[in-house]
Amino acid sequence: MEETRYEAPTTIAQAARLLAEPGARALAGGTDLIVQMRTGRGEPRLFVDVKRIPELASIRLDAKSLWLGAAVPAALVVENRDVARLFPGLAEATDLIGSTQIQGRASVGGNLCNASPAADTVPALIALGAVCVIAGPQGERRVPVESFATAPGKSVLAAGELLVGFELPLPAPRSSDAYLRFIPRTEMDIAVVGAGVSVALDAGGVCTQARVALGAVAPTAILVPAAAAALVGSRGEDEALARAAAAASAAARPIDDKRGTVEYRRKVSGVLTKRAAAAAFERARGARA
Amino acid sequence: MSGNDGRTPSDKKWKYIGTRPIRHDGLDKVTGRAQFGADYALPGMLWGKVLRSPHAHARIRKIDVTAALALDGVKAVITGRDFPNVASEAAEGGEGAGDMADLAMNVIARDKALYHGHAVAAVAATTARIAEEACKRIAVDYEVLKPVLSLDEALAKDAPILHENARATGHEPLPKGPSNVASRREMGRGDVAKGFADADVVVEREFRTPMVHQGYIEPHAVLARTGQDGRAVVWCCTQGAFQVRAYSAKVLGVSTDMIKVIPTEIGGGFGGKTTIYGEPLAILLSRKAGRPVKLVMSREEVFRASGPTSGTHVRVKLGATRDGKLTAGEAVLVYEAGAFKGSPVTAAMMTVFAPYKLANVRIEGWDVVVNKPKVTAYRAPGAPMAALAVETVLDELAEQLGLDPIDLRLENAVHEGVQATYGPKYRAIGFVETLRAAKSHPHYKAPLGPNQGRGVACGFWFNAGMSSSANVSINEDGSAVVVTGNPDIGGSRASMALMAAEELGIPVESVRPVVADTEAIGYTDVTGGSRVTFATGMAVIEAARDVVRQLRARAAQIWSVELDAVGWEDGRAVLLAEEKNGHEPLSLAQLAAKAANTGGPIVGRAALTARGAGPGFATHLCDVEVDRETGAVKVLRYTAVQDAGKAIHPSYVEGQYQGGVAQGIGWALNEEYIFDKSGVMENAGFLDYRMPVASDLPMIDTVIVEVPNPMHPHGVRGVGETPIVPPLAAVTNAVQRAARVKLAELPISPPRLLEAIDRSA
Amino acid sequence: MKIHVHTRVNGEATEFLCTPERSLLEILRDELQLTGTKEGCATGDCGACSVMLDGRLVCACLVLAPEVEGRAIETIEGVAKGDQIHVLQKKFLEHAALQCGICTPGFIIAAKALLERNPDPSEEETRYWLAGNLCRCTGYDKIIHAVLDAAADLRGGAR
Repeated sequence: MEETRYEAPTTIAQAARLLAEPGARALAGGTDLIVQMRTGRGEPRLFVDVKRIPELASIRLDAKSLWLGAAVPAALVVENRDVARLFPGLAEATDLIGSTQIQGRASVGGNLCNASPAADTVPALIALGAVCVIAGPQGERRVPVESFATAPGKSVLAAGELLVGFELPLPAPRSSDAYLRFIPRTEMDIAVVGAGVSVALDAGGVCTQARVALGAVAPTAILVPAAAAALVGSRGEDEALARAAAAASAAARPIDDKRGTVEYRRKVSGVLTKRAAAAAFERARGARA
Repeated sequence: MSGNDGRTPSDKKWKYIGTRPIRHDGLDKVTGRAQFGADYALPGMLWGKVLRSPHAHARIRKIDVTAALALDGVKAVITGRDFPNVASEAAEGGEGAGDMADLAMNVIARDKALYHGHAVAAVAATTARIAEEACKRIAVDYEVLKPVLSLDEALAKDAPILHENARATGHEPLPKGPSNVASRREMGRGDVAKGFADADVVVEREFRTPMVHQGYIEPHAVLARTGQDGRAVVWCCTQGAFQVRAYSAKVLGVSTDMIKVIPTEIGGGFGGKTTIYGEPLAILLSRKAGRPVKLVMSREEVFRASGPTSGTHVRVKLGATRDGKLTAGEAVLVYEAGAFKGSPVTAAMMTVFAPYKLANVRIEGWDVVVNKPKVTAYRAPGAPMAALAVETVLDELAEQLGLDPIDLRLENAVHEGVQATYGPKYRAIGFVETLRAAKSHPHYKAPLGPNQGRGVACGFWFNAGMSSSANVSINEDGSAVVVTGNPDIGGSRASMALMAAEELGIPVESVRPVVADTEAIGYTDVTGGSRVTFATGMAVIEAARDVVRQLRARAAQIWSVELDAVGWEDGRAVLLAEEKNGHEPLSLAQLAAKAANTGGPIVGRAALTARGAGPGFATHLCDVEVDRETGAVKVLRYTAVQDAGKAIHPSYVEGQYQGGVAQGIGWALNEEYIFDKSGVMENAGFLDYRMPVASDLPMIDTVIVEVPNPMHPHGVRGVGETPIVPPLAAVTNAVQRAARVKLAELPISPPRLLEAIDRSA
Repeated sequence: MKIHVHTRVNGEATEFLCTPERSLLEILRDELQLTGTKEGCATGDCGACSVMLDGRLVCACLVLAPEVEGRAIETIEGVAKGDQIHVLQKKFLEHAALQCGICTPGFIIAAKALLERNPDPSEEETRYWLAGNLCRCTGYDKIIHAVLDAAADLRGGAR
């Protein structure tokens, strides 16, 4: 039987070298990786524990953006005052992951790299215009978060590459975000639909920019420009929200599976978009410049 | 046999029963010291793993284990070939119909794999990892067959047949030749056609309910050690050590004295641990390997290969006059048995109309095999699905007749003297009392907001008697040990201590309740059937009264008086006659200290088959709120009213009500086995098999009604099973009223409800 | 090749050998004989294996054994201090917040983590915090009462 190895590098360069080995997998919280191992989806030959690398383990407020390390556990993200203040939608999306125990381990970076279409933080990150910072043998590169996952379980990461973290552009004045997901119970379920919305308003309360992203209704989370367009120029009135909802339902390309049917997911995409947009508008109106 | 001392239970003033002492095993459980099934280890122990069929239906042509045996660290490999053929005979003592031959074939497949996950071989090795790897190296040659995955598929013309040699039994008309119908039965009385003709309103409803699992948090676990003489000692989490012994002995072809079963603490059962799975495998592996073997199911294995309860198709029709009197009832109940015959459809037939006065009934029940795991008892087996249909029909009748739903039930509720639809005449029962208590409860009058609805539903379970043994021994210091053979799944040992304390007249802290193994107590039937507080309690009371008689005799000897002159009061022997002659009462402790000199140790015993189990009735109220845009259901409020006869330890009685309600809510809203086209369960884990979590439920209010069971010395009725019977209907009625829809299928998952809402709009 | 891990469990320096794919849960139960932490599912969905890892509530089934090098673990066995049980343990007993008891260690660890962070949780906050701990016996009612009562006790300075 194969012998498995475990390494805990302390620098990005070390991690990248290890991740280039065949059968190597990055280990942050392990809440996807270990579950997959236990449910028969293969065991890595090499666990590369990335939690001891400072860049991946830190949250830092910079001049133009907030740095969110890929391996920071969800619980720390939720507790972080800057995140809660600047990105309440991302904070609420992160707070929806799993249970308290899962949040003690699961990371936003892992959530994205696992590339499940239903990942809770991804629509919220997309709505915020987050950018992924990737390190590898060729150096560093940046990828908008909506382009990171390419198919269920697949991402743009090449062998030897590591997601270091996210740059979250600081929100414009009078802007805010919201994330809602639909699950059958009140907790613990994988999202049947997730909707993340961010809006920026002018001094008169009219929306000048918007981003709408949906999760769990396509092979990857998707940006829905048509829904965003329905919000721009409005004050978040019912009619605008309804048009955004219709655009969201139209853009959804869901599958039937044990968590929901095609028709159901299409409908609820619209409902959640409308509700998340309403919440984003409400927060943006209250947000200080 | 039943120790009724002539006083009616309601006369008595209790000193200990009805109080809420801390349970004796509590400290060990809150500190993590208590040892459950998987918490045992022995030196030299091996790890067992089971190889399971990847096909839902297949003939097993050949199994080659040589590569597995060759793996370093593997000490034993077994297949169905290593087990004897077992003759067909009823499997006694469990909680439902069963045949020993079927049970043996379920434990390990012989010529056919009959469900995805069916055990095909087992390995014992020095590490779990090696055992897993060894399983991968066992080569099985399957001839894959088309599976049967639903009742409709099973009953279709040209359906694949699971058991070619089986023939349907029961009442004609029966299919001739091979079929998937294990049995069809009918029962009834009166003239149903006339009854419906006499009705002013007739309502008929049909439901499909899915296969669901008991959901105990502790997976099945067993540790077996076989001695040089071939005798096995088995530690396992089970609801019945004697059943494990009896069934394992049959499956292995040995006599029962070759197996000793020590029941460990058990992390939930609800009926699902009243049979055997890995025990014979672990025993045989340990025999072959010459070392102890530990075999623990993974969660996935628990879902795929233990004993969920039946998916069903139930249809109920009721007729009533304009003023709400039921005139006739008809029920057709079709239940999945899983891979082998024996669903709880017979119990369902007996319970379906049991709460109501009906002179004219016709009930038909079908037991049908499908390529899914063999179903096992789940808390009031068969009854919740039948109650779902009856109680939703009653709700619809109430609406059509313009009657209050509780009033409609009061109009027709059974009471003492009524002959039940399943046969016997009811003695004192508390159904009416629960209806009245529900009606006068503040919950019933609380206002409802938009998109909110309230459901009422009732439930019944017979409760069992069966056999129990008990010993009560007095220690030198006057404390007592109560030994019984019932694993404690819900706090029952505290109740045993309370009943003994009451009889002996000593504080419950001085009574130590013990759950014994099969060599330390006489035969005892399962912890199940809501029978432990009733039947084992009866045995404990009888054994304690035996002790009291002996203590009185010792006092009589000491005082040189006749036995009749000595009474027992408050834990002391007292002279009943007027002149006390200077004889101060003798306490139990004092008598215990003198035991050696007055005749020897003081041990009381009882062994009985309890008769007179009191049926338990309940009335439940459920408020929900529906999100019309997503189909989400939120349970806002729930009240469970149930007759306990006499609540020995009220906290644990309340706990039974609340636990059954939670399971019923999960069953109604979110739980279901989802199978793919080839018969593989897609949601074999707690992520997608959705049981209620803490944030899904409100506080669950309970009301304990006490109409004493005249057949038990303290008036006890079983309480464990009735609580799960009403919630399926209570939730369904609430959702139907909240959303103004008619539902026909469980679970009421959001997509299903949204579809119903959109259809009715 | 086994890894030699040095860690602290319930305040005591502890070491063990392990292959890397083994979970902390397996090590606690099978190597260190601390069987108070239970396995209900091995996939992080039931909370029966809840432990504290460097002060964070986690599922031990989703921590690989080598990860705990140099870290501090607290299990149910460390909650009572000698003869003194924790207020939560006392309240669980008083409120009959356990029936079979298999989920109880996980709940006590999780509830203790809650009260250490939020001494005055509402019923809703308590339910959501504990949503990762499954109980099949009690319907959660008495568990929530026990936790809220323990919180009140701790706030009142009773212990």
